[in-house]
Amino acid sequence: MSDALAGLYQQVILDHAKARTGDRELPGADAEHYERNPTCGDEITVRVVMEPGTDTIRELAWQGDGCSISMASASVLADIAPGLTLAELAERTEAFRGMMRSKGAGEPDEDLLGDAVAFQGVSKFVMRVKCAMLSWVAAEACSTQLVAKVR
Amino acid sequence: MISTSSSSVGSLSRYRADFPGLQPEVNGEPLAYLDSGATAQRPSAVLDVERRFLETTNAAVHRGAHTLAALATEAYEEARETVARFVGARSSDEIVWTSNATDALNLVAYGMGNATLGRGGPEASRFVLAPGDEILVTEAEHHANLVPWQELAARTGATFRYVPVHDDGTWSIDDAAAALTDRTRVFAFAHVSNVTGHVAPVAELAELAHGVGALVVLDACQSAPHRALDLVGLGVDFAAFSAHKMLGPTGIGVLWGREELLDALPPFRTGGSMITTVTMESSSFLPSPARFEAGTQPVSQSIALAEAVRYLERVGLEAIDEHEARLGQRLVDELGALPGVRVVGPASGVARAGLASFDVAGVHAHDVGQFLDAQGIAVRVGHHCAQPLHRRLGLTATTRASTYLYSTDDEIDRLVQGVSEVRAYFGAE
Repeated sequence: MSDALAGLYQQVILDHAKARTGDRELPGADAEHYERNPTCGDEITVRVVMEPGTDTIRELAWQGDGCSISMASASVLADIAPGLTLAELAERTEAFRGMMRSKGAGEPDEDLLGDAVAFQGVSKFVMRVKCAMLSWVAAEACSTQLVAKVR
Repeated sequence: MISTSSSSVGSLSRYRADFPGLQPEVNGEPLAYLDSGATAQRPSAVLDVERRFLETTNAAVHRGAHTLAALATEAYEEARETVARFVGARSSDEIVWTSNATDALNLVAYGMGNATLGRGGPEASRFVLAPGDEILVTEAEHHANLVPWQELAARTGATFRYVPVHDDGTWSIDDAAAALTDRTRVFAFAHVSNVTGHVAPVAELAELAHGVGALVVLDACQSAPHRALDLVGLGVDFAAFSAHKMLGPTGIGVLWGREELLDALPPFRTGGSMITTVTMESSSFLPSPARFEAGTQPVSQSIALAEAVRYLERVGLEAIDEHEARLGQRLVDELGALPGVRVVGPASGVARAGLASFDVAGVHAHDVGQFLDAQGIAVRVGHHCAQPLHRRLGLTATTRASTYLYSTDDEIDRLVQGVSEVRAYFGAE
């Protein structure tokens, strides 16, 4: 198979697309957001539960339907979100977005992004960037709701 | 792998060299362009004619009296006559240039809406919709032949209804007969489905619809490029198609309508070039086609479209139809035989256009398309602007391979081989 394809479908991505983290309901969620990519029909609902009285995420779960890139990206996000404060999640979201906009040129921060650096190869495929961003955008909307609640 | 060849195939393969867009490699692999249902590649003749027109004859049409203006106007109207002959129109006045097929369908829908608002003379009363009147489409329609009617119903208080499809995405004349009522004022449907390749029995449907007094609007986007069309003979009232799916340029589409209907339908876009008299109180409008062609028109595109039509006629629509029908059967037979692959639309042996949409169990269509793209195989993925149909099929997206006169058996071989490897790659077996 071509190198380009292997660069896109890193093993980490293929693994997360199959054995998904956080792909389930989350009763009693403090925030919930549905996001859709109208061009391809991919959709996802991200839910977040916070540690009571804090701005730290206890759990992030999601349910959706889409390609391996969007599903694997949600799975990785569900892996790294617990224990992060909303500000820390925002920092990682910005780093992830920057990587996705790099068209393959960026040097992602592995300490910050963990397994999410596997999506670096996706940034060369402009048609697939929105797939990778879908769950992160939904989580960002959840954060906005939570910040508004705290205020 | 079956790789049949026949004399007609041999006779069409020689046309491939006419298409510069088919030459380049993609991802280091020879391009297998199986996305002509979305947009077709264009032969050099079409590209050359448009460029030559712009270099030698470019001028505004239907205004100005200089030599170039006269030559451009003549070429522009000859293009209309060429397209009129191609679809069996009674006269070139039945051919309206639009910006694309979607625009053509909106023209009819908005014209009827304007009639309902009281615009147009007494002759426009046949287009007036009242609450309780019904607009009928099918569940398989492309959004272009669905949303404008849904919106027209919402604006006028008419009821929007649809012919439901079966589990395979097709529908029959009996289904249409059951959905037509004496309140049906419009029946809009695709001649050939862009998703299933299903071919509607247009003449019989038109007769049924006329029996209840409905106007028949045909989406001919997937038929006009691929088969001989006789719109008058089919008995429909309006038909829409797009140039870029039939070897022509983007930016121009065609609305055909029966002349007496076009002359009675209130205009959609208004402005320059479509009027007879304008005062500060009101305006009166030219007959068709000018009444629908406000503002500057796609002139060089019309010249190029006419050349595309001549090209198609040189190849022969019957030969094109036969070639693609055979490839369509190969697609349904060979893709359908792969484990975990479900081809939607008509079963093997049933008439279908030269296209097939399919689902690969456990692998999203975007991943299928990406995998094939890495092999130089260009297909379309997604809902193909037919969300309700996909919802009915229980799918959010499919992969579609669509052929044209330049498509080859080798390309089908490569596609089938590629699809056969997809599930293993994504661990979906």
